[in-house]
Amino acid sequence: MLNQSEIMQTIQMIDQQHLDVRTITMGISLLSCARSDPKQACDAIYDKITHYAEHLVKTGEDIEQEFGIPIVNKRISVTPIALVAAASDTNDYAPFAQALDRAAKQTGVNFIGGFSALVQKGMTQADRNLIASIPEALSTTDLVCASVNVGSTKAGIDMDAVAQMGYTIKELAERTADQGGFGCAKLVVFCNAVEDNPFMAGAFHGVGEPEKVINVGVSGPGVVYHALQSVKGQPFDVVAETIKKTAFRITRMGQLVAQEASRRLDTPFGIVDLSLAPTPAVGDSVARILEEMGLEVCGTHGTTAALALLNDAVKKGGVMASSHVGGLSGAFIPVSEDEGMIAAASSGALTLDKLEAMTCVCSVGLDMIAVPGDTSAETISAIIADEAAIGMVNSKTTAVRLIPAPGKQIGDMVEFGGLLGSAPVQAVHPYSSALFVARGGRIPAPMQSLKN
Amino acid sequence: MKAIVTVIGKDHVGITASICTLLAQHNINILDINQTILQEYFTMVMLVDLGACDATIGELSTLLEQNGQERNLSIRIQREDIFNAMHRI
Repeated sequence: MLNQSEIMQTIQMIDQQHLDVRTITMGISLLSCARSDPKQACDAIYDKITHYAEHLVKTGEDIEQEFGIPIVNKRISVTPIALVAAASDTNDYAPFAQALDRAAKQTGVNFIGGFSALVQKGMTQADRNLIASIPEALSTTDLVCASVNVGSTKAGIDMDAVAQMGYTIKELAERTADQGGFGCAKLVVFCNAVEDNPFMAGAFHGVGEPEKVINVGVSGPGVVYHALQSVKGQPFDVVAETIKKTAFRITRMGQLVAQEASRRLDTPFGIVDLSLAPTPAVGDSVARILEEMGLEVCGTHGTTAALALLNDAVKKGGVMASSHVGGLSGAFIPVSEDEGMIAAASSGALTLDKLEAMTCVCSVGLDMIAVPGDTSAETISAIIADEAAIGMVNSKTTAVRLIPAPGKQIGDMVEFGGLLGSAPVQAVHPYSSALFVARGGRIPAPMQSLKN
Repeated sequence: MKAIVTVIGKDHVGITASICTLLAQHNINILDINQTILQEYFTMVMLVDLGACDATIGELSTLLEQNGQERNLSIRIQREDIFNAMHRI
C-alpha cells in the first residue's frame, strides 16, 4: 500500500503548492465544415463543435472531483479557420469567429483556439482574409483566440506576413483600447507553431491531427519551487535531479487525467504537454524558481542559464511519465501571468532584451508583455522578426504576444484580470526598424532545414 | 474501486468515530487506516473499498467535506489511482 507520507505529499502539492492540471483541450477537425455559403459553413462549425464537445466540461468536472485534482481550464482547439473558410464566397471571416464564440459559450469552455492561418511560406487569399479579419474577430468575441504562424525552420520567415502582423496587433489594440488592448492577449504570432498545443492563446488543431483528440497540459511551478527549497546551496546536478523527479510526478498525474478524459469522451488521447505554466498567484511562479536557484531577482545575469536547466530538466523528468509527449513542453515565461516576473519587470531588472535571450532556451517566446501604446507597427514587426529568427535557427517554437497598451507609458500597469494577470509597460528600443520591415519578401530557411 | 480518504485538522474527540459511521452508512468497507497526531494536528489516511457503495464518489466528496466543515477538519476522498500514478512506477 501507499504510505502515509506519499499520500500527504500529494495532498500538500494540491493544497499549498498549486498543483493542477492546467487544461484539457479537445482538438476538433473542422475540415468537413467547408461550404461555399459562409452562413452554412458557420452553422456547420457551430453544430460540429457543440456536438463533439457537448460533455467536455462536465467530464472535466467529474474527473476533478473523483481524483481531487483541480482542472483549471477546459478548452477547444479547431482546424485553422483560414483552411476551412477558404471555400466560402466571402472576404469577411469575422462571422466564423463569432460562430466559434457561440459554440464555446454553448459548451461552457473558457477559450476556443484556431482562428488561425499558417503562412510561413506565403499567404493564400484566405490567409489574407483571415489576418485582415483578426481585429474585428477578436474585438467582437469573448472566447476566441487567434494565431498566425509566420515562419518555420523548414520554410524560413515570411516577412510580408511579419510586416502585416505589426499593423494587425496595433489595430487590435486600438479596437480594445477600453480594456487596455486586451484583444492582443488573444493573438499569438508563431514561428514553428505546433499542431497539438493545448495551451492558449496559440492552440489550433493541425491538419495532421485526427478527427478529434484530447490533449492535456499539466503545470506546477509551485511544486518545483517547493522541491528546490529542500536543496538550497547544493550543486546544479542535484537541482536538475530534483526538478526531474518532481516533473515526473506531475506528468504522471497529467497522463492519468488525459487517459481518463480520453476514455470517458470516447476521443483518442493525443499528447501531454509538459509545461510549467505559471499563474499570477503567489507561489505559482516560474520566476521564483529561477530565483530559488540563487538569483537575487529574475532577469539578472545567470537567468538564461537557470531557465535552460529548468526547461531541460522538466522535459527529461516528464518524458518517461507519459506515453505521448507533445505540444510546447517546457517552461513558460508570460510576464503578466507570473507573479515573480511582474515584480522583476516592475523593478526594471527584467527587460525586453533579457526576455528575448530567455526565449532561446525555453519553450515559448515573448509572452504577455505590455509595451507603450505609441510603439510603431514596424517596431512590433521587427520584434516578431527577431523572435521568429530565434525559433527558425534553433528549430524550436517561438511566439510573440505583445500588448501595445493604448495611452500607456513605460512604468504604467495594465490590468487584464484573472489568469492573464497584470503587466508593467516595458520599454522598447526607440530606434526605427521601418526600412528593415518594409523590404518584405522571405528570409530563406537556414542550413539546418536541409536535413534530408 | 478503491479510494483514499484523508482527514487533517485539530485533534478532538470523535473524529474517527464520526467518519467511520458516515462511511458505514454508505456501505463502504475500510481496508486500512493510518493515523498520527503531530503537534495537536490530527492526520488520518484511510484506504477504502467503494465496490458496494451506494453513492458516487462525487456525492461522498460533498458529504465528507460538509462533515469536515462542521468540525473544522479538511476531509477529502480521492480515487487511489492518482496516488499510485504519482508515487509508483
